[in-house]
Amino acid sequence: MKNFKGKVLFLDRSDINTDEIIPAKYLTESSKEALKPFLLEDLELAGFNPRTDIKGKAVIVTRANFGCGSSREHAPWALEVNGINVVLAENFARIFRQNMYNCGMMAIELPKEQIDMLFKKYSGKDCEIEVDLAKSIITVAAGSDKDQLQVKIADFDKCLVEAGGWVEYADKNY
Amino acid sequence: MGKTIAQKIFDRHLVNKPFGDEINVLRLDAVFCHEITTPIAINDLVSRGKDRVFDPTKIKAVIDHVTPAKDSKTAEQGKILRDWARRNNIKDFFDIGRNGVCHAIFPEKGFVRPGYTVIMGDSHTCTHGAFGAFAAGVGSTDLEVGILKGVCTFKEPKTIKIVLNGKLQEGVYSKDLILFIIKELTVNGATNMVMEFTGPVIDAMSMESRMTLCNMAIEAGGTCGVCYPDMVTVDYLWPFIKNDFASKEAALKEYSQWVSDADAEYHEVREYDVTKLEPMVTYGNKPDQVKTVREMEGAPVDQIYIGSCTNGRIEDLRIAAAVLKGNKISDNVRGIVSPATPAIFSQALAEGLIAIFQDAGFCVTNPTCGACLGMSNGVLANGEVCASTTNRNFTGRMGKGGTVHLMSPATAAATAITGKITNSPLFKK
Ligand code: SF4
Repeated sequence: MKNFKGKVLFLDRSDINTDEIIPAKYLTESSKEALKPFLLEDLELAGFNPRTDIKGKAVIVTRANFGCGSSREHAPWALEVNGINVVLAENFARIFRQNMYNCGMMAIELPKEQIDMLFKKYSGKDCEIEVDLAKSIITVAAGSDKDQLQVKIADFDKCLVEAGGWVEYADKNY
Repeated sequence: MGKTIAQKIFDRHLVNKPFGDEINVLRLDAVFCHEITTPIAINDLVSRGKDRVFDPTKIKAVIDHVTPAKDSKTAEQGKILRDWARRNNIKDFFDIGRNGVCHAIFPEKGFVRPGYTVIMGDSHTCTHGAFGAFAAGVGSTDLEVGILKGVCTFKEPKTIKIVLNGKLQEGVYSKDLILFIIKELTVNGATNMVMEFTGPVIDAMSMESRMTLCNMAIEAGGTCGVCYPDMVTVDYLWPFIKNDFASKEAALKEYSQWVSDADAEYHEVREYDVTKLEPMVTYGNKPDQVKTVREMEGAPVDQIYIGSCTNGRIEDLRIAAAVLKGNKISDNVRGIVSPATPAIFSQALAEGLIAIFQDAGFCVTNPTCGACLGMSNGVLANGEVCASTTNRNFTGRMGKGGTVHLMSPATAAATAITGKITNSPLFKK
């Protein structure tokens, strides 16, 4: 299983699309590692600098409809090679969400109120998030602040994360 | 309780539900592949020692995004797909000279039928729902498993039914209609949903126009756009199915099982009378940022692009040529037209459309995605603006720092003549 714990990158915008996560001109790369420097290169978000803000982060917290647009699995791969294996959002575009779990990564949906709370209480702070897959609990902490959130992770999604992805699972079962 | 067309297709293709109602594993009728998202899947299969395909007759592959190859990397992507198709005996592989934009060439070859399940490593796979199929874009991992096992997972489909009443005015097209629908739903409004398009407006539409409509379902987050099969569908498919049925009526009878029941359960039903709908255009960088052309009139552009899986079909070229005939494009713009397939190119040549484009000052390219995703054949410079018949206006989509306005071929052609966003003379205000 991958690492699901670490520092948080807050992206305060809805509808962040896969072209912003990794522009089409990099889709000619044939290794995941080659995508690393280009993650979120075209993101339209005031105050965000991809060159300084991504390093050392392991979790993204964002708003609604993250990963809309293209089907490119390069989007989760670009996250993965930067050490980011979890995204928390109000909801995800279908293909992006499936791609995350298919790669053994997690795209976790939280109610709008909880996402609002995370932004209000934790963004701008030195915040860390850990996902306990077995218990479906997210622990958020910054300094003396701490919250534990119960989340819904479907059994099938859990199974993909544990198996390391859909190829491994499908190969055993179909 | 009745069922929607998507539920019926799911029922027929269900392999199993390994986690109860959480997820359906479906058997696939067709797996489509192109050279951008497939090579990674192929390389992974090779590295796992599983360089096989579940059924070479159900896999169709094309090099379309960058063709001819523009550099060593794209040449390598083409080579991986080409070599794989040969090794695995995939007969329906379309290389340069015979290749076209995936969502135009595969329907044109008769590869999509009512009731089919189709996946492709491409978000606009929703296009093929125009035939009454369930067709969905997937990532490279789903594609890889599709190639190897012929299955894919989907959640139980919920459906938004969109009933379109009235009659489109002259000069208003399915592109205008889908831009209007996306504006109504927003880019997140149909996430995880099938979008079912019905009503007199759809009944009156050609297959080409239905494909344009279904093509952009994903821009509202939709899994698939769907139109019910009817005589228009049968007429389009007839050259490919004429040996399977005694008559067109018999084909229609068979295909009529792929319509939703009257008492089917919908997530939402929306009804619109579109008689007064005007030509539409996007502003900003999300496909739901839509205004009437009238509201945007006069905004200057640098490039016109007519092509893509949305609007690069013969009907689109006819409409654009009707506007351009006898005119020259503005000195302030450059025009590019990409017929979406070789058959469309030949037809346009035979009808004199290519000459009209060239006389007007357009550059005519070979069939390819090219400029649509800013890969080749018309990439924008920083700060430039393109009037485009494609489907995405994301920032940088056609080149870093570039802006895209999505519109119909008629509006694009009229805009080419003036150099500014302009309603076409085909639309009588
Ligand atoms: S024409 Fe554009 S949207 Fe269509 S498949 Fe090609 S790149 Fe994708």
